[in-house]
Order: sequence, then structure tokens, then C-alpha cells
Amino acid sequence: MAERATHRDRLRALEFEAFVAGAGGRLLHTATLLTGEPSQPPGAYDRAEALLRAALARTYADWDRLHGGDPYDRARRELALRFAREARRHQRPRGGVLDRLTPIERLVLVLRTYEEVGEEQTAALLGLPADRIRAVCARAVATLRAAGPRRGVAGRGTGAAPAPRRTP
Amino acid sequence: MSADRRDPREEQVRRMLDGPHPVLPPDLAAQAVRHGGRRLRLRRAVQRTAGWLLALVLVAFLIWIGVEQPWATEPAQVTPPLEGW
Repeated sequence: MAERATHRDRLRALEFEAFVAGAGGRLLHTATLLTGEPSQPPGAYDRAEALLRAALARTYADWDRLHGGDPYDRARRELALRFAREARRHQRPRGGVLDRLTPIERLVLVLRTYEEVGEEQTAALLGLPADRIRAVCARAVATLRAAGPRRGVAGRGTGAAPAPRRTP
Repeated sequence: MSADRRDPREEQVRRMLDGPHPVLPPDLAAQAVRHGGRRLRLRRAVQRTAGWLLALVLVAFLIWIGVEQPWATEPAQVTPPLEGW
């Protein structure tokens, strides 16, 4: 009984490590976008790493309940909900691409634009009405475009210097 | 579904977000397995304890019901007076 359990544990760990090797890079990039940290100097995204570590630990614990579902969806969902729960702690600008947006704007924009989650799914995930998702996303896009595309290459060199935060 | 919203503005933002990717720390998966495994073991232990407690309560109830037999009526202590002989 115990032997069979450890065998299953080993199998699960192997599957999980293969999943992280494949999807971890993209998930970490998503996490850095959410926390608003720059993605370039390797030590500059501690918060994103901590967020992803916690989300992945939960994904691992729920691995047997997946029942053929997509582990990437599960991990992304965990990441988004965890970020939404601690959004208050991610308000300060930290030099990333999206650091002039509010945490909720970042979350909605990343889910809708970068992760390409549908409007209804995003609304259901965050417990907000769909038209609110649309409005927040449009506002975030407008803010980013008003700031100019020069921020698009931020995170390297000058990206570490905090940009003046534009208050609407 | 995503084909109908190839909005050029969103496309521009998407390109902006798809910048250089961060490097994944090599021990991240191992740490997640360790933390998640702890959570899993704790969850299993709680389930096992709850199962044992339930079984224990069931056994105690069965023993009590066997000894006490609460459906049986008490034998009458007082004989009703005989009348009409």
C-alpha cells in the first residue's frame, strides 16, 4: 500500500516536472507581467518567482484531481487568483512593462491579451461582469498606448529607473 | 473566437507584452513539488483521520445499540390489578 503510494508520488512528480520544464518559462513571464517587474536581469523578479512557486505548489497538490484537464489552465488559474487575492501588495511600480497600470488592469490585460483567455472565461474566473472586463481592458490598452511604445523595450538598461507615474 | 478581434491596437499591446522572457530558476519545479507534496500529505492525513474517526463512531454506536437495545420496551414493574373475576 505504502509502496504503491510512493510509486504514484514519483510518477506524479515526474509528470509535473515535465510540465514545468515545458510551460514554466511562459508562466514565469506571465507572472513578471502581473507583478510589474522587469524580466531581464535574472534577479529582478523575486515576487513573480514567489507567486509562481506558490501557484505551482498548489497545482502539484491538485494534480490527481485534474482528471484529464489541462494543467496549464489550472496553473494559470491558480496564478491569476492568487495575484488577485494579494493585488494590494503589487501596487508599487517596479520597472516592468506594465508598472503604470493598476494590478487589476494588469491582470485583465495579461489574461485577455497575452494569454488570450476569452472575455466570458475571464469574467467567470475573476467574478466580474463581462462588460467590466471589456472596459478595464480597453482602459489598460489606452493607457499603454498613451504612454508610447518606447516602454515596449523597457526592462533592459534604463528599465530599472522608475518612470514617473502618470496620474489620470 | 479570437479571429474576430484582431484589433491592431491590441495587436500592438500584445507585441509589447511579448518581450524578452525571464530565465526559469532550475530548482523551481523541485520546490513546488516539495511544498505541494507537503500540502498533499497533510490533506491525506486529515482525510485518513476523519475516516478513522467516522469508523470509530460507527463501531461505538453499533456496540451501544447491541447492548442497550433501545427498541425493546421495559418490562412492566407493576402488575395491573386484576378485576372482573
